[in-house]
Amino acid sequence: MFEDHLKVVTLIQEAGEVVGRKKLQKMVYIAKKLNFPFQEKYQFHFYGPYSEELTLKIEELCNMGYIHEVKEKVSGYSQYRYAVNDEGQKLLSTYGAEIDMLGNCVRSMNEQSSRFLELVSTIMYFEKLERDEIKEKVQTVKAKQKYSEEEMEEAFAYIETLKLQVQ
Amino acid sequence: MAKPLGKLHEEKVFKDPVHRYIHVRDELMWRLIGTREFQRLRRIRQLGTTYLTFHGAEHSRFSHSLGVYEITRRIIDIFQEKQTWDPEQRLLVLSAALLHDVGHGPFSHSFEKVFGVDHEEFSRDIILGNTEVHNVLLQMGEDFPVQVAEVIAKTHRDKLIVSLISSQIDADRMDYLLRDAYFTGVSYGNFDIERILRVMRPTEDGVVIKSSGMHAVEDYIMSRYQMYWQVYFHPVTRSAEVILSKILHRAKELYETGYTFKRDISHFKTLFDGNVSLQDYISLDEGVIHYYFQGWMDEEDAILSDLCQRFIDRKLFKYTEMVSFTDGHLLSGYFTEAGINPKYYLVVDSSSDLPYDFYRPGEKEERLPINLLKPNGDIRELSRESDVVEAISGKRRTDHKLYYPLDLIEAIEDEALKSKIKEILHR
Repeated sequence: MFEDHLKVVTLIQEAGEVVGRKKLQKMVYIAKKLNFPFQEKYQFHFYGPYSEELTLKIEELCNMGYIHEVKEKVSGYSQYRYAVNDEGQKLLSTYGAEIDMLGNCVRSMNEQSSRFLELVSTIMYFEKLERDEIKEKVQTVKAKQKYSEEEMEEAFAYIETLKLQVQ
Repeated sequence: MAKPLGKLHEEKVFKDPVHRYIHVRDELMWRLIGTREFQRLRRIRQLGTTYLTFHGAEHSRFSHSLGVYEITRRIIDIFQEKQTWDPEQRLLVLSAALLHDVGHGPFSHSFEKVFGVDHEEFSRDIILGNTEVHNVLLQMGEDFPVQVAEVIAKTHRDKLIVSLISSQIDADRMDYLLRDAYFTGVSYGNFDIERILRVMRPTEDGVVIKSSGMHAVEDYIMSRYQMYWQVYFHPVTRSAEVILSKILHRAKELYETGYTFKRDISHFKTLFDGNVSLQDYISLDEGVIHYYFQGWMDEEDAILSDLCQRFIDRKLFKYTEMVSFTDGHLLSGYFTEAGINPKYYLVVDSSSDLPYDFYRPGEKEERLPINLLKPNGDIRELSRESDVVEAISGKRRTDHKLYYPLDLIEAIEDEALKSKIKEILHR
């Protein structure tokens, strides 16, 4: 009962605090691609892989009183911060299960910018293509973001680092 | 390569209860409609188990797909009054509109959850694989099937084309809201589609809405909101979906533990094994699934047999608002004590189990919102201009219900145990 919800609480707990819905979306997607047991279905959207299921799950966890959401204004836009509250901590200590090796990955991702995680998740979305094809695809579907060659190489290297961490 | 497909000698029309007529002038569209993969959509209901709640909801993915095609065709006709569209680009977007759901299987949502399949991947496989659809598309050029697949997957470079099929206000949603409202018989799914089509404006990043059309869009947003709570997330429909999903889980579990089914299960074997091929997948439809469920009613496994009888005879689970985590675990223990397997008979269903994207402005770069085009050329997000949309975009969008078989609980002989269970369920 609620096993998949608990996994999301665990991820936020490991991160400490996640600033931005987009960042949280990409963190769960990347974790899923690294074979951590997240079940949320993702589709490709304007800003990369996105899961409506995850959006609703987070909203459910906020409504159930396990996740604390803070809305703030940043240069004219809304931004949301997420952290596990006291009730959520109790929930984890009673029913939660640790996810092996998730902590380091999540903390590492949380240190990256959401722009960079958007690039990393987009590269992972097209992982079946060859490296050059992926780069071309990123430049096509993310033309507005204007990712440089260096950023893309950095993203590929970062993915390898994450994969090594979970081996 | 064969000569690219052109115009039909004579326009074909389909009579349609939502759009009155669906007009087909292109040979490509006509040929795609005739393929076996597209015709299969006639045997898959658009709303899955909803017919068990709203008996009129028997409409198919076939009629919805034609509807999406027709709306897209009308949008392009309107856009063509303002700018020129490359004829191949027009056929690309029309093909994507027609084929956007071609990978759906019977009761897609439950199948995807239980067997880990993805209808979008099957759409891609049907478009790119050895199929009649692929062979028809190929006549438009070697690269044409890939482009159609990319539009449907939302990874095509042309954001405007993608947005016509898939965005916050697209041909897909506009058709299913109107069609689902019509066939379920509810009155709240309607909105002025003609007006919306007239106020759509193409931009490089997708469609924007002329601000004078804001009130028509408000109606559309209200329609989405109401259809979710009144139709899509109806608790009786969800009860049927919960049982359907548990049937599939049970059959898979039995197969994995070496159970011998009375009848051949060839249609399910590769699904159970996790290696379903495209041809196996295409051969599935709701008729096949009902045939199996009818047969499984006579299986010796009591759980599989009982769940199938419930589904076929519409003896569904009852529901209550979600109890707490602690009570849920208590109930689970009581069910086990009473000999009722909680894995199959005590089920939480959440709104996130049926994700439906309510319109909300969201966060910067979270999702692309609906944008209004002001007379001075400024672009404004819808909820910043509309009080109605702003009001509902902050409303509750989540719900949890607990489903259980009341008849089995009533039959528990241990009265003390029964009353403990009922006390929690009625709390």
